Formats: sequence, C-alpha cells, structure tokens
Amino acid sequence: MTTDAALNADVIGKRNEHLYFALRNPKVVIGLSIVLGLLLLGLIGPLFLSSSPTAYVGPKSEAPSADYWFGTTVHGRDVFVQFAHGLRSSYLVGFLGGGIAFVIGLTIGFTAGYRGGLTDEFLNMLTNVVLVLPALVVLIVISSYMEVRGVVTQGVIIGLFSWPWVARAVRAQTFTLRNRDYVDLARLTGKRSPQIVVREVMPNMASYLLMSMILLFGGAILFASMLDFIGLGPTNAVSLGTMMQQSMAWAAIHLGLWWWFVPPGLAITAIVGALYITNVGLDEVFNPKLREM
Amino acid sequence: MLELQNVWKSYRVGALGSKKLTAVRDVSFSVSRGEVLSVVGESGSGKSTIGKMVLQLIPPTRGAVRLDGREVTARRHSDRKAYYRRVQGVFQDPFSSYNPIFKADRVFDAVRESFFPGLKRAEWQDKVDRSLTSVGLEPGAVLRKYPHQLSGGQLQRMLIARALLLDIELLVADEIISMLDASTRIDVLNLLGALKERGLGVLFVTHDLSLANYISERVIIMRHGAVVEMGATGKVFGDPRHPYSRNLLASVPQLHRKWSDAATEFEDLEPDGDREADPAPLARVGADHWVAAAA
Ligand SMILES: Nc1ncnc2c1ncn2[C@@H]1O[C@H](COP(=O)(O)OP(=O)(O)OP(=O)(O)O)[C@@H](O)[C@H]1O
Ligand SMILES: [Mg+2]
Repeated sequence: MTTDAALNADVIGKRNEHLYFALRNPKVVIGLSIVLGLLLLGLIGPLFLSSSPTAYVGPKSEAPSADYWFGTTVHGRDVFVQFAHGLRSSYLVGFLGGGIAFVIGLTIGFTAGYRGGLTDEFLNMLTNVVLVLPALVVLIVISSYMEVRGVVTQGVIIGLFSWPWVARAVRAQTFTLRNRDYVDLARLTGKRSPQIVVREVMPNMASYLLMSMILLFGGAILFASMLDFIGLGPTNAVSLGTMMQQSMAWAAIHLGLWWWFVPPGLAITAIVGALYITNVGLDEVFNPKLREM
Repeated sequence: MLELQNVWKSYRVGALGSKKLTAVRDVSFSVSRGEVLSVVGESGSGKSTIGKMVLQLIPPTRGAVRLDGREVTARRHSDRKAYYRRVQGVFQDPFSSYNPIFKADRVFDAVRESFFPGLKRAEWQDKVDRSLTSVGLEPGAVLRKYPHQLSGGQLQRMLIARALLLDIELLVADEIISMLDASTRIDVLNLLGALKERGLGVLFVTHDLSLANYISERVIIMRHGAVVEMGATGKVFGDPRHPYSRNLLASVPQLHRKWSDAATEFEDLEPDGDREADPAPLARVGADHWVAAAA
C-alpha cells in the first residue's frame, strides 16, 4: 500500500503535468476539437439562421447548393437548419442526461461507500435494481405514454436510468479510500463527512470522474438518438435522431436524398466516436504506463 | 484524565450486519497527565480498536469513555471538535496518513481552517514553525513538499507537530514507529518522552514489548480483546503472572542470544472462546498490578 501511495503521488503530484500531457495527446486534442466544434455549430448556428427547422422554405428534395448547404427534404425544409437545431438538442440531451446521471451516481456512490453499513446495503440494492431494469424497455414504455415529449423530458428520463454503473464504481473506490488514514486524520481535524468526501476522497478519483462524465455524456446522446430513431423522440423539436427517423419514414434512401440522413448520422457517429477517442487519450494521460515511450 | 470503563466493541460483519465480531471486551483503564500507557498484545487483539474508540472514530458498543470525568462518546459535532482540541492521534502508516496528491503541509492548513480561522497568516506560520522545531524538524526542509518527497520519520514527526498545534493533553499513538528504521525510531520515541515530561498523556499502542518497556510507566497486555494483565511496567515485565504475558516476554528476541541456543518453552494457553462472555476478571496481585485469572 505504501508503494502504491508513493506511486500515486508521483503520477498525480503535479496537476499541471496532466494538462501538459493532455494538450499534447493527439487523441485528446482531436476528440475534443470535434466535440467542441460541433457544439459550437449547434450553439451559434441557430442564432444566424433565420428560418425555423420545421418551416417549408424552399424547393422540395433539392440537392445541396449555395442556398441550401445541406439541401432540402421532401417537404422543402432546409436540412442545414434542421442539422444545427438537431445538434443543439442532442447536446442538450447529453448534458442533461449525463449530468443528472453523474450527480445521482456520485451522490449514491459516495454515500454508500462512505457510510457503509445498512445505508450501503440499501443503496446497493437500489443500484442493482435500476441496473438490471431493462432501461430501454422502461424508457419505451414511459416515452410512449407521454403525449408531448420534449428534449428536456427525454434528457431527464435518460439521466434517471443511466447512473447505476457510475454509482457502483464510485462506491467501490470510496470504500477503499475511506479506510485510508488521512480520512481518519481529517475527522480528527473536526471535518464533517461531506467535506471529507469532497476534499479527501473525490480528488483521488478526479481522473476517473472526468472519464465517466464523458462516457455518460456520450451514452446519453447515443441513447437519445436510438429513442428518436424508433419514433419516441421529442414531438416538439428537431434532433439528430428525429432527422434520421423522418428521412427513413419518407424513404430518403430510395429517393436518393442522401443529404437528408448522412449529416445527422455522421454527426452522431462523430460525437460519440470523438468522446470515446478523448477518453482513450485521457486514459493515456492519467496512466503514464499507457503513454507511448 | 482519560478513563475507559467496561468498554466493549462489537463490529457488525457479513451481509446486513448479520454476524458480530467482538474486538474489545470489558476493558477498563485510565491514562493520567504526563504518563505513557502502553497497550500491547498480538495482532487482532483489539489494540487499534481501543485507540479508535478513544479518538471517537468509532463508537463503543457498551461502556463509557470519559475525559476528566465527562462522558465523551456520541456527542454533537461541535463537542467532538472541542474534544479534538484536547485529544489527538497519530497512526501507524505515515504514507497512508497523508493524501498523496496534496502537499504534506496541508495537514497543518486543515488544522488552521478548523481550529484557528481567525489567526493571521504570519502568526500561524510562526506557530507551525515553532511546532515543527519542537519535534526536531527544520521547517524549510519539510514544508511545501509532497509526502513522497519526505521520509517516514519526517512524516510521523510532522503528524506529531500537527497534534501539538492544538494544546493537546492526550496523544493516541497507534504503532507510530513500527514502520520506521531503528535510529529514527529512537528519535521519535525520545520525542514522546520529552512530551511526556511536559505533561502530555500518551496512549501508546504497540506490539513491541521492548518499546513499551522503554517508554511507558504503565502497560496493558491484551489478548482476544480482553485485558490479561496490567500495571506498572516494572511489575508486569519484571514479574509476569499471566501465562500469556510470560510467553510474550519469552518470545522477545534478545541481542545476545541466538535462535539455535535453546528453544524457548511456551506455556499452553486457553483457546479463543466465546467472545460474548465476560472475560476472566482481573485480580490484584500487588501494588498497581492486576492479572486475569488463567484457566
Ligand atoms: N472495521 C472493522 N470491521 C470489522 N472488523 C474489524 C474492523 N476493524 C477491526 N476489526 C477486527 O477486530 C479485531 C481487532 O482489530 P484491531 O485492529 O483492533 O487489532 P490490533 O490489536 O490493532 O491488531 P494489529 O496489531 O494487527 O494492529 C480483528 O479481529 C479485526 O479483524
Ligand atoms: Mg492495530
């Protein structure tokens, strides 16, 4: 344990070192650029586009042109406008779903791991129940019962169901960390439990938490796209998934309207893939053993 | 000053706390100012558990822990904090006592934040420097370093310095020198001796009899969670009455004796029985010398 602690110290000792290596890790840089680039497009794009994604603005089934960058749909809607708004919704679902799952997972994981005993037994049971619930089925049931579905509702529901694996991992790590003497020492200094968790336990798993945040974010986006694609997406907004679903519903493949479904499909793949690449890169940053010599 | 009266501790183990492991059984003793009381015994005899109960890190299952006659357990957070102004602890593993990702002097900052929020930066720095000097450390050599850049002895002494920032009356030292090398050991031990001279009470947990003999006025020998013999160090080590104490003393390696010289004869001991039952009562066999009845 002593050598382990000493090793940790060598690795994590200098915070700035991580930033240094992260900014020089091609995977992290490429992954983050893609994610942030598309985010920027989703954030800023709609501000400059005057028309609404559901407005019939132009000729029908038009290929990409200078006027309509990504062409138009069978109904004459501007695909680029839809794309920009869709990005926005998808990121919103990612932040909401991932954020909610992160907060719940952390709270439950830390409480269970730090308190132990009966609290832990109970929370562990709860975690296992949610873990084995067929989340997709539950989501389908919930979604199909709701008349009006919005992006926010979707994000919240996804968040409520995707925290268990984070909770489990956080609990397991907290379990080992809370037995370190420095936790007892913090108690001898008159610190309260939440403060000890935040100041002594959490910093030791910062890298892990960052990585799970990224995975939750990507997972929520993917999950939302899947729900959208099977027709359970938002009824009052456009998302990347609903674009795909609409294009399929109107037989875009048969009509050769590739510009309708390729951009949203590529974007989903790019976001989720880029997040994954970022994660692999971060793993290399935090575990010097994985760094290439 | 500190007094334990008929203290029991059972840990709940197994699913839903279904099983019980009684680690401390009916232990009573007291530590006064300026006294070092050693607690010795084999691994798993409950020594650390006693230390943790004194430090209020875990609550006793039964019995009372008192400081100057006042019950200390199960009180409010603010009471507990006041208690920690007077009672502090140092643990066995110096490397586990520091959070490896932060600088070691963070343990001082935490004390300042909790107990001296109003003190000015310069005054506080002065206080830390004096405390470090008093434990034989050069402030410039240990401040602003990460734990792995310091030696085990330095780290342990910093923890003692941390405890001394508060005007403590009792220090719980749980095997604080078992991970140090022999020469550093003596330094830390002598430091404890000096603190004792200044009126500090020390609860010294160890499994090393020679250390206990060297430093302490009084000693408690524990086995299977219960006290088997206790009293003045000279009495207990000079005239051990319990077979377990005699075995312990016989098993201390001596400098001028080789393993091959003669096999030490060990006496048969009673096996670990029902831990829920009251342990054998202590009988007084001399001035400040008590022994549990051997079966
Ligand atoms: N948190 C815990 N939960 C359950 N059982 C515990 C816990 N801590 C200690 N025990 C058990 O209580 C008994 C006494 O442990 P303790 O740590 O007090 O022994 P010790 O005398 O300090 O031993 P050592 O010399 O090895 O440090 C052991 O059997 C141990 O397994
Ligand atoms: Mg111990």
